[in-house]
Amino acid sequence: MNEIKITAKNVNVFYGDKQALKDISIDIPARQVTALIGPSGCGKSTFLRSINRMNDVIDGCRLEGEIKLDSEDIYARGIDVVHLRARIGMVFQKPNPFPKSIYDNIAYGPKIHGLTTSSAEMDDLVMGALEKAGLIDEVRDRLDSPGTGLSGGQQQRLCIARAIAVEPEVILMDEPCSALDPIATARIEELIDELKENYTIVMVTHSMQQAARVSQKTAFFHMGELVEQGATEDIFTRPQDERTQAYITGRIG
Amino acid sequence: MEQSHIVKSFDDELKLINTTLAEMGGMAEAQLTKAVRALVTRDADLAREVVAEDSKIDALETELDRDAIRIIALRQPMATDLRMVITALKTSANLERIGDYAKNVAKRTITLIEMQPVGNTAHTIERMAELAQGLVGSVLDAYVKRDLAAADDVRMRDEEIDQLHTSLFRELLTHMMEDPHSITACTHLLFIAKNIERIGDHATNIAEYVHFMVSGETPDDERPKGDETSQTIITS
Repeated sequence: MNEIKITAKNVNVFYGDKQALKDISIDIPARQVTALIGPSGCGKSTFLRSINRMNDVIDGCRLEGEIKLDSEDIYARGIDVVHLRARIGMVFQKPNPFPKSIYDNIAYGPKIHGLTTSSAEMDDLVMGALEKAGLIDEVRDRLDSPGTGLSGGQQQRLCIARAIAVEPEVILMDEPCSALDPIATARIEELIDELKENYTIVMVTHSMQQAARVSQKTAFFHMGELVEQGATEDIFTRPQDERTQAYITGRIG
Repeated sequence: MEQSHIVKSFDDELKLINTTLAEMGGMAEAQLTKAVRALVTRDADLAREVVAEDSKIDALETELDRDAIRIIALRQPMATDLRMVITALKTSANLERIGDYAKNVAKRTITLIEMQPVGNTAHTIERMAELAQGLVGSVLDAYVKRDLAAADDVRMRDEEIDQLHTSLFRELLTHMMEDPHSITACTHLLFIAKNIERIGDHATNIAEYVHFMVSGETPDDERPKGDETSQTIITS
């Protein structure tokens, strides 16, 4: 039996009067890639953002139900959201490096979380994160140059390195390749494949081919409902629900 | 019927594959019928016609393969679309093989016409061929109608052809022992019977793919088999 990292149970999310997620229950297996797919507005990004409480900052957003990270309720009173977001990192659609050097982009998180005690330790941590993100060879000689000077794909890997630097357990990715060309996309996908050895990854993607390529589990959302979830291979070869079938074969948008 | 794709040209491409497959299936059935009629009526011209026509089935297979590969490359079909394209590819390969067997029956018929007929065996072969053709027809129907029950039924019906093949095999061996002059003709008839038995097997192969196409699962139960020729010994 696979170890479960995150459990959502009967999750409902409302933006004011509008219900964005209806009774979502799903287990996210540890050290695997779970892909969330579905048409725009289906609730997949809302669900992703519920996992590290990114929706807290949205006015009028309200969540019912339960989301547990290793059996700990992340919406319980007394949960330190900053600490939670260190455990559950996030990578966004558009690469968003800080307007700082490559080095400082990565060092920033560990610094505020107090993860290192000396500059030598910090150097190791930064280099380690760049290495894990597959970026080290491309930036070794220019760690002091601005992160924003990198190519789109490199910036995205820098953001992944930045997420890794605070030693998270889970990495959430919201369409991480949608702004990248196919080569940069392939690099990120290869990286995701390597990262899943150590991290639990949950990814929203509009590319069904990408979901098929990188994930082991796929969940299909439609109109705020979690219609179907299962092994990726099963979802793409023999989906059980007609709505899943219609969506992945290009019959509904 | 399933709803249409948002991209309509995708539907057209899938439809084209199905049209080609239906044409192939119809031709394979007709080839078998004609080949066996040529055998029973000892009509060499008809047999030669069958031999000549086979290349048309081959050409359709090539066409279907090309269209299916293009769909896989350009459309990246998923779920039922993927299963349909894979099933069409597999089905066309099996139909092409059925065409080859019909052609071989016709070629042997041309040779057999030069020799004395052997007993009543041609009629047993005709009966086998009717059953085989029935299977091919039914499985193509099941494909078109996405009919799981009909496909599974084809898998079960092949046993009867196997049984006829076994009894024909014994009959021909007995003929050969009684009259060594009939050995050449009987050997050709054995191959013909074997060809038709194989056609039945190809129809069941297609049935298994139709099962996969409709349900997403491959049939896991063993189908009944009645071909005992590989263990048959006739002693005088």
